[in-house]
Amino acid sequence: MADSKAPSQDAPHNHGLAHTTPVWLLVSILLVLMFLTVLTVAVTSFDLGAQGNLVVAMVIATIKAGLVVTFFMHLAWDKRFHAIALAAGVLFLILFLAMVGADRGEYQIDIDRHGEKYPFKVK
Amino acid sequence: MATTTTTDFVSPEPSTTDNYLNNEKGLLSWLLTLDHKRIGVMYLFSVLASFALGGTFALLIRAELWTPGPTLPGVTADMYNQFFTLHGAIMVFLVIIPGIPAALGNIILPLQLGAKDVAFPRLNLMSYHVWILGACFMLLSLVLGAADTGWTFYTPYSTMTETAVIPAAFGAFVLGFSSIFTGLNFIVTIHKLRPKGMTWFRMPLFVWALYSTALIQVLATPVIAITLLMLIVERTFGIGIFDPALGGDPVLFEHFFWFYSHPAVYIMIVPAFGVISEIIPVFSRKPIFGYKFIALSSVAIAILGFLVWGHHMFTSGQSVLAGTIFSAITFLIAIPTAIKTFNWISTMYKGRIHLETPMLYALAFLWVFTIGGVTGMFLAVMSVDVHLHDTYFVVAHFHYVMMGGSITAFLGGLHYWWPKAFGRMYNEQLGRLSALVVFVGLNLTFFPQFILGSRGMPRRYYNYLEEFEGLHQLSTVGAFLLGIGFLLTAYGLLSSLRKKFDAPANPWGATTLEWQTASPPPYYNFATPPEVTQGPYDGYENLEYDEKIRGYVPTKA
Amino acid sequence: MTDTTSETQSNAETNGHSAPPPGEHELHGKAEAHAANGNGGGHGHSQYPHLAHHFDSPQQQFDAGKLGIWLFLVQEVLFFAGLFCAYTVYRAQHPEIFVYAHYHLDTTMGAVNTCVLLVSSLTAAWAVRNAQLGEKNKLVINISITILCAFVFLGVKYKEYAHKVHEGTLWGHHFNPQHELWELDTFKSKHPESAKLAEKIAAIQFEGQAKRNPHGEHQGSGAEANAPGPTTPSLPGATAGAADSDTKVRRIQSLLLQASDETLHPLVAAGIIKHNIQATTGLERPATAHIFFGIYFFMTGLHGIHVIAGIIVWIWMLLKAQRGQFGPNYFGPIDYAALYWHLVDLVWIYLFPLLYLIH
Repeated sequence: MADSKAPSQDAPHNHGLAHTTPVWLLVSILLVLMFLTVLTVAVTSFDLGAQGNLVVAMVIATIKAGLVVTFFMHLAWDKRFHAIALAAGVLFLILFLAMVGADRGEYQIDIDRHGEKYPFKVK
Repeated sequence: MATTTTTDFVSPEPSTTDNYLNNEKGLLSWLLTLDHKRIGVMYLFSVLASFALGGTFALLIRAELWTPGPTLPGVTADMYNQFFTLHGAIMVFLVIIPGIPAALGNIILPLQLGAKDVAFPRLNLMSYHVWILGACFMLLSLVLGAADTGWTFYTPYSTMTETAVIPAAFGAFVLGFSSIFTGLNFIVTIHKLRPKGMTWFRMPLFVWALYSTALIQVLATPVIAITLLMLIVERTFGIGIFDPALGGDPVLFEHFFWFYSHPAVYIMIVPAFGVISEIIPVFSRKPIFGYKFIALSSVAIAILGFLVWGHHMFTSGQSVLAGTIFSAITFLIAIPTAIKTFNWISTMYKGRIHLETPMLYALAFLWVFTIGGVTGMFLAVMSVDVHLHDTYFVVAHFHYVMMGGSITAFLGGLHYWWPKAFGRMYNEQLGRLSALVVFVGLNLTFFPQFILGSRGMPRRYYNYLEEFEGLHQLSTVGAFLLGIGFLLTAYGLLSSLRKKFDAPANPWGATTLEWQTASPPPYYNFATPPEVTQGPYDGYENLEYDEKIRGYVPTKA
Repeated sequence: MTDTTSETQSNAETNGHSAPPPGEHELHGKAEAHAANGNGGGHGHSQYPHLAHHFDSPQQQFDAGKLGIWLFLVQEVLFFAGLFCAYTVYRAQHPEIFVYAHYHLDTTMGAVNTCVLLVSSLTAAWAVRNAQLGEKNKLVINISITILCAFVFLGVKYKEYAHKVHEGTLWGHHFNPQHELWELDTFKSKHPESAKLAEKIAAIQFEGQAKRNPHGEHQGSGAEANAPGPTTPSLPGATAGAADSDTKVRRIQSLLLQASDETLHPLVAAGIIKHNIQATTGLERPATAHIFFGIYFFMTGLHGIHVIAGIIVWIWMLLKAQRGQFGPNYFGPIDYAALYWHLVDLVWIYLFPLLYLIH
């Protein structure tokens, strides 16, 4: 049986327990996401230098991610703490990648020397 | 908080059918319970059983080290490696990480918040069963030829050794999720289920501690989960991420491992700080000094704890640049920790000190944890660490903070909340005696190890030079004394369970909410949701001791 | 002296034991009508059949669940972090492995999968709206489409995996590609000149060697004369005499020196030819190319496991939705499932360019 009672009195929004996303917005966001996907693929046909393509791809991916998070995942209308929690998680991810990547860059020379002495061969 | 007339709850003989221990009977009523208190009790006994198992391995290690070379009949060097691996893995993953949050926190947190339960009771039950599953895998490793890599599972040895690394690693992986779910549950509980009037800065400090710990649990534990998964996949499929023979990088494993395992030590100690913050004001009859600083320092430690993992890797092949950064930030972490210690001492200053068992453990903590913490600073200095890394100095340091810190606080909290959770007072004389034996035992076990380490005795070594024998023997005697202390403690607590319910609602005269319901509480915790109008340590002057019930009641107006 | 009588005890029972509040605590056998103490009943637990006993209102329950699922997603981000870290570290230090390996991947299939997941994200978000408004039929449709998209995704992935097994591009010691880089359509269509150059060089380099069995049975180990394809930077064929080797090297060198930078660049970038042309004596695969595939299978495999878990959750939601359980006061589970699903989509949004669109 449907739980069709009137919305709870203490709902902070004017309809129900949470904001309802309009359909036109959802569909528009999808179209933008599809366009960005096509763009990401199209960009690979241009040579933007060793790191350029990677940077562009990551920027576009982050824009897509931002749209998904803000609109599909509702953060635009949600409690701020959820966005803070997500941001904290992403921040720690970046911290982790950055520190490890930086350190690996510094000791890579040891790995290379080892690799030269004992080159890997598929058995 | 609003003081309530406690006569309604303080009954010398609480009904045997209206508390959470007795309201339902049968094994399934425990295994399928949604009551946070029952889940906490199950965790408590599971964790203590694991502690006994891990402790047995510790005694085997210490016994083996009585003399250089082979000592115990049948114990080879390889077997010795398995002993310390199991000791470490069991103690870290089964005992001390779940420890205070799962066992004490589950019982007490909703009570301190005046709530009926945690936010997600079913998730809570699942956390417990996941713990059991993880424990089974650990035991499986034990049975299938226990891992011998050390609890740190360093590659490439862990990808090569023939021993049962995969069950142990998978067990730790599963246990990680138990920890994550507990942390998640506590964060939501603290955000959403606080009572009316309990603002963030009116929460008990144990709650602040559990909150900070939960943040670490949620952010750090997934990283060890993926690391262990990568280790298992590497062993099974040979993908070559960590194994140099396949073009991989073993230092990368260490980075991954310690990114969790350093914050993990804060999971181990921050709840202990919370317990101490609860005990000291009550047994000094004085509000905590510097409440906000203690509360926020827990959060600071949680965050800073993520930035220092490389101090476990100074000699690993990590770059000097990284080492310098990690060393500098490690110095910083001493600051919030010291702030707490100074505040605890200031709380006691000009207070009226009561030396019951919980307070004895708290005082022991102050002494022993400080030694442990300060020796951590020795190790934070890169140039000193080059000499001390992988020696007994490190072993002594972390046992001082984990045993002298976490376990001591755990025992203190256990005695403090025992009457609330089980409705019986433990034998105070026996409690004090066992606290003393534990204190002497742990110092005798681990202090000689500082000396051993600084003189060059390596850790994880089965054999050693003759000159170290005396100190090793002192340490072994201490270990067995410590074991006796724990057995005495267990006897003292468990024998109280044979009595009828005799504990008043508030035996210690504390002012936090859990003492405003019966001991033990009814399954629904509070008949009326409490309302809070003051800080958590305000109002000692409004409580007086009542001889008849041997507990505290509000003073008559 | 503070007032010690309490306002909150205005409804206190006179005995020490209040009756338990009513509610959803299924394990407690005593479902008594609660005492007239104004608290439990006033929250109207019976009015909201899906309201758990320890929450005061549907709003509190919903908000708690939301926070809970967000925390779970945060830990998922950190869970995948380890793999992204491994990826970053290896790509930063061995970019040629990644360039080499991505030619073995089918960009179209990857893009199709990206679009499939994006559509499923739309239907998931739409399903939340349906649940909020009590639109049962639309809810069922949107959940079903989400599940369908998930299966399509897995189907495409299966095809890709099967192709890789067939191609021999697996992890670790199982890495045994059936086609060299310059034989792949993806490389030939993008860099036709480079492919032709590589073929010419390969023809010289492997002169006199037995052609490998087209189904890729491995004949002998590593550096033997019959080994398919170059695996080490050394000269091919231990059996070739020194003089032959020298001639080969000279012929290869002259081809290389004649080639333009544009032609050479894709081969250098893929680690087939060393940066230092003078020192190149032949074509070689990057020595640790298998690491890419190890990372690829691990990352996409773990992601796939999350897709499967998502399918199970959505099927469960579908069953609940068909029974009409969701409405304006209770739609949390759909919301939380959708949030999880969006995370699965988010991970793929990053995996796609990182694995498939390497320049």
